Amino acid sequence: MAEEVKLFRTWSSPYALRIVWALKLKGIEYETIFEDLTNKSPSLLQYNPIHGKVPVLVHDGKPVCESLVILEYVDETWKHNPLLPQDPYEKSMARFWANFGDDKLMKSIWQLFIAHEKDQDVAAVAALENLKLVEEQLKGKKFFHGETIGYLDLAFGWIANIVSILEEIMSLKLVDGERFPHLSSWIQHFMDAPVIRDCWPPRDKMIIKFQVMRENYLAPATPK
Amino acid sequence: MAASDVKLLGARPSPFVNRVQFALNLKSIDHEFIPQNLAEKSELLLKSNPVHKKVPVLIHGDQPISESLVIVQYIDEVWSGPPSLLPSDPYDRATARFWAAYIDEKWFPLVRDLRNATDEQSKAAAVEKLFEGLKLLEDAFVNSSKGKGFFGGEKLGFLDIVLGCYLGWVRAGEIFTGLKILDETKTPALVGWAERFASHKAVDGVIPEPEELVNLIKKFQARAAAAADASSK
Repeated sequence: MAEEVKLFRTWSSPYALRIVWALKLKGIEYETIFEDLTNKSPSLLQYNPIHGKVPVLVHDGKPVCESLVILEYVDETWKHNPLLPQDPYEKSMARFWANFGDDKLMKSIWQLFIAHEKDQDVAAVAALENLKLVEEQLKGKKFFHGETIGYLDLAFGWIANIVSILEEIMSLKLVDGERFPHLSSWIQHFMDAPVIRDCWPPRDKMIIKFQVMRENYLAPATPK
Repeated sequence: MAASDVKLLGARPSPFVNRVQFALNLKSIDHEFIPQNLAEKSELLLKSNPVHKKVPVLIHGDQPISESLVIVQYIDEVWSGPPSLLPSDPYDRATARFWAAYIDEKWFPLVRDLRNATDEQSKAAAVEKLFEGLKLLEDAFVNSSKGKGFFGGEKLGFLDIVLGCYLGWVRAGEIFTGLKILDETKTPALVGWAERFASHKAVDGVIPEPEELVNLIKKFQARAAAAADASSK
């Protein structure tokens, strides 16, 4: 019996992109269901009733939610081309840094992105400190996983994509080649990898989307 | 392996530290518990967890591992003999990880909200949100336990220790607010589970008594009030 794999995603979600890449790296055929999060489908709400978010992977009718959980599920279910390191300590480090990326790094970069000009300097300090920690993880390695792309590269994939979009909108360079030589090099290698390259959402659409988001955050509060 | 080969940097009242202690106990892993003073962090802690500077940190040989869920999975993978903490089936593992993320990111912060609530209205609102979350966890328990006593089935597993570590603070929250959080009329399965969990030998003695945690709550609140006073002068 053929396996049935479906992926609920949006055109722009960086979390869903992790799963698109993972399925591609594993060579798994699947059906894509694009969601409009302002008008969620009954299926999405049925498969992810707690959060109502994407991505959701549905494998033979059973839903898996939360992108990092899905990545581990994909890796454990389709064991070829492993995404996570085999060694338990290395695996722990990958999980640790993926959590750091989502909990600390992403938040600090977002805080900078939506900061008013007067708050930008302070916000930049946190973002740069967090980026430095990630830079150090790359020393001596082409990818976070080593010679090939793995779990942590997919988890950090948004750095390669979204950061340059935010930089363009803010007119502020965060990941510059001088301060972050390893990260800059990684971005290049990651962006160029065939499996990764063909999946990027359209850049011009992304710029408009994030520009609008930023304007909404920076808009002065309506006076009472 | 010598006990000194496995060290746990921790603080007794931390539910995240307790979680790791449960895992070590369940696997019968000899270890040295090194209590940490979080107000004056030791060189060892700062060196072992430079990114977050928090407990727990497990040091295995000379390798430090941080973040309680990462540590628990590491323990399960290195000491892979029975009992297994995570289920073996990938889908069940994904379900357990999903609920662990929900418990840590969405549910337990609600207990903190309750602890910080100052008036009756916000206390009641916090408890209401907690109940909504507990209803979801009640269903998760029924699905996961498959008629047995624990999330892990017949034996204590990953989700049991992920949720169970918070029971001391839940009880302390109940004493502090005078409101019931784990209510047998609302979440009977979880109430039964909580009693079984608390009396398990791997758990016994790990979580501080609720009264000790209540005193900590009072201390936090006093400190917060003093800081608020100081900043408003």
